[in-house]
Amino acid sequence: MRKSRISAVAAMAAAAALALTGCGGSGGDAGDGDTVKIGIKFDQPGLGFKDGEAYKGFDVDVAKYVAKELGFAEDKIEWVSAPSANRETLLETKQVDMIFATYSITDTRKERVAFAGPYFVAGQDLLVRQDDTSITGPETLTGKKLCSVTGSTSAKKVSDSYPGVSLVEQGGYADCLGLLETGGIDAVTTDDIILAGLAATEANKGKFKVVGNTFSEEKYGVGLSKDATTCADINTAITKMIDSGEWEKALQANTEGTGYSPNAKLNPPKPEACA
Amino acid sequence: MQGYLSLWDEYGGQMVSAFWGNLQLTFWAAIGSLVLGTILALMRISPVPSFRAFGTSYVNIFRNTPLTIIMAFGVLVLFGVFQVQFSSDFNLNFFQIAILGLTIYHSAFVCEAIRSGVNTVPLGQAEAARAIGLSFMPAARLVILPQAFRGAIAPLGNVLIALIKNTTVAVAGSVAEISGLMKTMLEFRADVGILIFLTIAVFFVIVVIPVGLLTTYLSKKLAVAR
Repeated sequence: MRKSRISAVAAMAAAAALALTGCGGSGGDAGDGDTVKIGIKFDQPGLGFKDGEAYKGFDVDVAKYVAKELGFAEDKIEWVSAPSANRETLLETKQVDMIFATYSITDTRKERVAFAGPYFVAGQDLLVRQDDTSITGPETLTGKKLCSVTGSTSAKKVSDSYPGVSLVEQGGYADCLGLLETGGIDAVTTDDIILAGLAATEANKGKFKVVGNTFSEEKYGVGLSKDATTCADINTAITKMIDSGEWEKALQANTEGTGYSPNAKLNPPKPEACA
Repeated sequence: MQGYLSLWDEYGGQMVSAFWGNLQLTFWAAIGSLVLGTILALMRISPVPSFRAFGTSYVNIFRNTPLTIIMAFGVLVLFGVFQVQFSSDFNLNFFQIAILGLTIYHSAFVCEAIRSGVNTVPLGQAEAARAIGLSFMPAARLVILPQAFRGAIAPLGNVLIALIKNTTVAVAGSVAEISGLMKTMLEFRADVGILIFLTIAVFFVIVVIPVGLLTTYLSKKLAVAR
């Protein structure tokens, strides 16, 4: 009796372990050549957004182009959700091959992952109501109420560099936009292209505008695992996308109607040399 | 290891002050929900039907509403739409909204914990109180509640532990507390990601274990011998 109970427990544990590893997909081996797993944001309009069964946004368009250049047709791409806090782990455990998810290249991140690119240089900017003319840049913020996402680079930048600003921290930019619309706050702050993507959605069209006075530099790179060998090929693909005009077209299509144009001094960027 | 030590250099002070924020939230919300919860419990055992109905409705509504939604309501509706200002200080305002949310939510649980304590008091006690001429409030104050609280220490301790941990939900209400700081640390120090989680967990364990031990000890020590 006792023995059978122990073996039953062992069988259950084994079944659970199988079920858990099942989540990682059948192949297990990331670079098996058949498909490529790409991590994107699922909830970032204009960059990486899951709309029903389709994936849309600038990150998605760049990812599709790069995958095509690496020899993966569009139907060979497996899209994986890559929330900010999980990105390094996803790469280290080979659950994804590449990440295109507003992933800024920083030195602390380079300790755990490698980067190709950058494919875009964003900058922190402000989103205000369409009729607001009092905010023109970071120096006009004193006494204003701002909103950003808890734990984001943008939130830290504001609280460190602009002490005269009242900052509301929310779980997502959609909550911030709600507060901006009802008048609880005066501006939303984060990377300019994220703001443009939010303002370009159907529900928000015509309500908000991007100020267009950036005060930081965020280089969006392609996240790779440390032992990935594809870095140079990805850089070639990005350069080709920029030269062919596809890059510009993708950017236009995803920020249409917001009057947004990226910082022309830094864009389009030139990919950095691979480590 | 080197990376982890530099995490403490960089964020050690902030972690302590952020966790102090959690403890302050716990303190004020614990007092608030003990007061409100006791009033609700009195309503639920009172002889007045409308009071009983109110107490029952309150408990059923707020016990079944997720705390995150109460917090989001505080910020997006109270602050966002109605521009409610409890305090002229911008950040203190959110702190007070968060205390309000935690109090409203946990008083439903405190009410039920106290009511379970009331159920440990034998019916004869209430009958004896009535027999010597005490009306409802004096009987509750002098006879029922003192025994009920002593019987409710263990469940109240559980509510307190839940409250300590639930203060992390205040991050949805834009309060500077430790789970918000955890997100910041994960964003900037991805190199020690898992250690950040464990460190925050240890902060809570250090506070929660003594609370658990103390309430268990008190519930035995103060139990009414019958």
